[in-house]
Amino acid sequence: MALAKVKMDATEARLASVALPQSPAWAQKAREDALGRLRAAGLPGRRDEYWKFTNPTDLISPEAPEAAVFNAGDESPVFGDIDRLRIVFVDGVFDPDASDDLEMAGVEIDRLGDPAAPDLHWARDLYGVLEARGQTPVARPLATLNTAAAADGVLIRVTGKAPRPISLSYLHSDPASDATLHHVVRVEAGGELTILENGPAAARFNKCMEIDIADGAAFHHVRAQGRDHERRAVTHMFVRLGTESTYKSFTLTANGVMTRNEQVVELTGDNAIAHVAGAALGDGDFHHDDTVFVTHDAINCESRQVFKKVLRNGATGVFQGKILVKPDAQKTDGYQISQALLLDGDSQFLAKPELEIYADDVACSHGSTSGAIDETALFYLRSRGVPTKDAQDLLVLAFLTEAIEEIEDEAIGDDIRSRLEGWLARRRS
Amino acid sequence: MLEIKNLHVSLEEEEKEILKGVDLTVEAGTVHAIMGPNGSGKSTLSYVLSGRGGYEVTEGTATLEGEDVLEMEPEERAAAGLFLAFQYPVEIPGVGNMTFLRTALNAQRKARGEEEISAADFLKLIREKAKALKIDADMLKRPVNVGFSGGEKKRNEILQMAMLEPRMCILDETDSGLDVDAMKLVSEGVNALRDAGRGFLVITHYQRLLDHIKPDVVHIMADGRIVKTGGPELALEVEHNGYAGILAEVA
Ligand SMILES: Nc1ncnc2c1ncn2[C@@H]1O[C@H](COP(=O)(O)OP(=O)(O)OP(=O)(O)O)[C@@H](O)[C@H]1O
Ligand SMILES: [Mg+2]
Repeated sequence: MALAKVKMDATEARLASVALPQSPAWAQKAREDALGRLRAAGLPGRRDEYWKFTNPTDLISPEAPEAAVFNAGDESPVFGDIDRLRIVFVDGVFDPDASDDLEMAGVEIDRLGDPAAPDLHWARDLYGVLEARGQTPVARPLATLNTAAAADGVLIRVTGKAPRPISLSYLHSDPASDATLHHVVRVEAGGELTILENGPAAARFNKCMEIDIADGAAFHHVRAQGRDHERRAVTHMFVRLGTESTYKSFTLTANGVMTRNEQVVELTGDNAIAHVAGAALGDGDFHHDDTVFVTHDAINCESRQVFKKVLRNGATGVFQGKILVKPDAQKTDGYQISQALLLDGDSQFLAKPELEIYADDVACSHGSTSGAIDETALFYLRSRGVPTKDAQDLLVLAFLTEAIEEIEDEAIGDDIRSRLEGWLARRRS
Repeated sequence: MLEIKNLHVSLEEEEKEILKGVDLTVEAGTVHAIMGPNGSGKSTLSYVLSGRGGYEVTEGTATLEGEDVLEMEPEERAAAGLFLAFQYPVEIPGVGNMTFLRTALNAQRKARGEEEISAADFLKLIREKAKALKIDADMLKRPVNVGFSGGEKKRNEILQMAMLEPRMCILDETDSGLDVDAMKLVSEGVNALRDAGRGFLVITHYQRLLDHIKPDVVHIMADGRIVKTGGPELALEVEHNGYAGILAEVA
């Protein structure tokens, strides 16, 4: 079907404002291929079914809408106390001075944007490949744009158990910045790595991460998206899991005028485990969309989706989550929960949970709820002397607990929890 | 200690009067029991005293050591020393029992201008109190009342009472759902708190609890009023003859 003219025009207008990178040589074919796919599919439009709840206009406009740079004052930065290898990008540009040496036992770290980088065969086999796989049955054109346009990102190959997490810090300094980063991670058989991500990155951020987790390997991901109120972000995680491998991802989103986080997870080896979780806190002009697509294509795999949103003052939460169980994926254990806590009558939660199951021996459950604070529990707490606002905060944290518990590392989990407490405390007066 | 005068209470949602002039005074150092048929208003009285929403006080007063409790927020009542052991304790998923108790204890201390309890002192205190009530470490770690059996929930209420040391304790059918041994534990927990400065209002349907917690005064509530007040023998009369005789006599 030919692309509608409006879509074609919007796509060309966007491409006109993008400088397509010319290196490294090994990525060129994938980029050209992506460009072709993008021109065929077109960028998302308001009428697209997959964008029914989220207006893509500001994510596809030629220029990024401006976003004021947020000043967190003397507050300690997230993950600041975690021993980690730090890689810093400012407005999407690698900052070598603020970054650690890209050296760690059991891990090879390169950069997509490093002109001196060697021809990385493993990266060439993945760059744009998992992204392209993730385009069916639903197109994700902003990820395709990312593959075509990303000039930088990290390329990480994990051959052993990484001794400490790698942290990607995305700083924002230019109110008009438009950043695109594309990361590729390959965890070889038996390898283990945790990646931490934090920060707003830019006024508008398009980030794509392709993760290939080989047999018996494990990949953990914890991210805190920046608190800049006006920032916009669209992110994609494309994940492929081998036999007996593990993927766990948790995202904290507090503030941000527009966020679309997509997770495309494919369980291709038996006995693999994938957990994706998120806690989102929105106050006022806040639109947060979690779009998740988990495909079970192997036997006895487990997947969990746990998404919780706390919304007030007209904030909007969106959840589109799907579990697809292919005919041979027997003994699948799939779980999905999406819940919103609406702190007032102005906020809204739009959810579209889906199950599509072609195997007969599976256990899949899903649930979606939205509601106010439990008045009975609130009274119970108050009757024991807990002041109303403390009691409310306690119940908000309790609501988020199931998602936070998906973070395996205790220190990182505590850090995230303290951010949540901070966010609530700042809304006390 | 607690003085209730001509208390009239209606539901906020509908035009229905539930308490129709309750008069009741609990002196410091005494235990009062309230018995009465189902639906007579016992729990309503306990809820109104502790400040639950949904009720409207249309007439009358309730004071705790001279202070008007009906004007206070529920948390202020708690800090002033009022405690209700709920007939149906509430489950709070995601809030650990320990966290809950420490938050409550410190909030009350703060409200009274006292210092917060240290983590170590708190741990010592709760271990000691929990042990007496045969509440194990696992129950302390679990979310408040979630997955607790009926009897465990009731013991947990008494644990809270033991930790918070309120001056005025209201127990709403704390005996229901308790096995014989648990009833003894709970009663011992209550009796341990009995002293000259503390008052108790024990709502129950059964004499059995009152065998353990010996009341000084027994009230019979019917249709939103205290219709008869007497000594411990009144509870025995109810146990043997039910309410018919008493209600006929006061009608
Ligand atoms: N929120 C409410 N809505 C409607 N009716 C109510 C409400 N609260 C109380 N009532 C009614 O008020 C009356 C008194 O109820 P209450 O729970 O106080 O009785 P009780 O004496 O504690 O009974 P029980 O011995 O069964 O516990 C009952 O008829 C009850 O149905
Ligand atoms: Mg009752």
